[in-house]
Amino acid sequence: MQKDLIVSIKDLAFGYAERQIHKKINMNFHRGKVVAIMGGSGCGKTTILRLIGGQIKPTSGHVEVDGQIVHEQGRKGIYELRRKMGMLFQHGALFSDLSVFENVAFPIREHTNLSEEIIKDLVLMKLNAVGLRGANQLMPTELSGGMARRVALARAVALDPDIIMYDEPFAGLDPISMGVICDLIRTLNDALGATSIIVTHDVTETFAFADYIYFIADGIVAAEGSPSDLKKSQLPFVKQFVHSQKDGPVPFHYQANDYLQDLRL
Amino acid sequence: MLSFFEKIGGAIRSKITRLGAATRLFFSIISYSSDSFKRFNLTIREIYFTGVLSLVIIVVSAFFVGMVLGLQGYYTLQKYGSSEAIGVLVALALVRELGPVVTALLFAGRAGTAITAEIGLMKATEQLSAMEMMAVSPVARIVAPRFWAGIITMPLLASIFSMVGVLGGYVVAVPLIGVDEGAFWSQMQANVDFNYDIVNGFIKSVVFGIACTIIALFEGYDAPPTAEGVSRATTRTVVTSSLAVLGLDFVLTSFMLTV
Repeated sequence: MQKDLIVSIKDLAFGYAERQIHKKINMNFHRGKVVAIMGGSGCGKTTILRLIGGQIKPTSGHVEVDGQIVHEQGRKGIYELRRKMGMLFQHGALFSDLSVFENVAFPIREHTNLSEEIIKDLVLMKLNAVGLRGANQLMPTELSGGMARRVALARAVALDPDIIMYDEPFAGLDPISMGVICDLIRTLNDALGATSIIVTHDVTETFAFADYIYFIADGIVAAEGSPSDLKKSQLPFVKQFVHSQKDGPVPFHYQANDYLQDLRL
Repeated sequence: MLSFFEKIGGAIRSKITRLGAATRLFFSIISYSSDSFKRFNLTIREIYFTGVLSLVIIVVSAFFVGMVLGLQGYYTLQKYGSSEAIGVLVALALVRELGPVVTALLFAGRAGTAITAEIGLMKATEQLSAMEMMAVSPVARIVAPRFWAGIITMPLLASIFSMVGVLGGYVVAVPLIGVDEGAFWSQMQANVDFNYDIVNGFIKSVVFGIACTIIALFEGYDAPPTAEGVSRATTRTVVTSSLAVLGLDFVLTSFMLTV
């Protein structure tokens, strides 16, 4: 494994009994980079994050995190690896019975024996980084969608992880919040020297700040490259996706019988 | 015809699979229990939610159950001229049966549903996944404290139920109907055996505590992460717990009466 390679996916296949999701995926994530995984809804983008986090096991191939094969680890090994990771869930997944402060303090309390004073300072620093120090006593139900996402981001980076994973960080956000989150992803990544893996289908935002992009379609990596390379790409799938065309290699219609036949004409 | 058997077979297989999954959860809870005992404050918090907050419904129900027992008991006993035995009747009925059983049914309805809905919603909103990704086991942090809280709470609630029920019976029998107070208490004292009645009632309430709590936890943990899934799981908690309590009560009673 190359020295600056932190996550590597090799010949990965995954599927459920009735549906094959990934056929053969190969990806590399280098330290310090912001890498996006893009593709249509249901193409298995989030599943890749769950495979990296060891929540599910591949049917063949493997995911290597920091030189260790994830699915070969026992419970203890997986938990060790996860301590190097932070994950931002699509809707934040904040603990609804804990305040903003306690949510961010949660991983620190669980994994360290730091004194209450140091925990307080750390949490306020993390919340300050996402601009929500003043909201530390609010409950998750009192936050807007964008604020909840920022608190979840503060929680994800609470223990300064090496890898930060984002599951649809822009979904359902207004343009201002979206800009804030974009900015934070880049700033936090660079400040922590971490590697960010972003699963998304928002082309404009992602192309503006990602270092490298993978496109997934039909269970394989359909295209990859820097944003500028992909903008120029002549591959039909990439063109359809980047230029938001309704029809193309990804059909508008779900597979169906003949239309006239269905209407009995 | 074949599809009929397929359906029956499928239903039985799914029940067995769920029973297996619940058993796995049970052993997983046991294996994580040392972790959760180290932070016993989490269990104490759950004892407050499942126990202390259930007190109102337990106390009020127990008082009424005791009063009804007093009325009904007196009505029947006086026909045989033994209305002084009303104290024994109320106490035995409560300590042996009604205390553990009615408490367990109320517990399933009040605390069990709350546990299922809470864990089901935590799953639906990815809070359990988030915890897993933070290298914190949801079984150790969320499930095990609720399990032990249920087991500790149930016998305590059942004892309170029996005690308040006896007071309810007393209120009806002595001040209202006019049964002799001395006879009421002395007959009760003479005829309620500690080992045979009270310990057996205690054993029942511990078993019901395990059954109700594990059912509520499993239903929540296994609920499909949707609004409909959580609502169905909550309903199943009440139905399965109630049937389990009544079935187990019969089994336990038959063992206890033969030993």
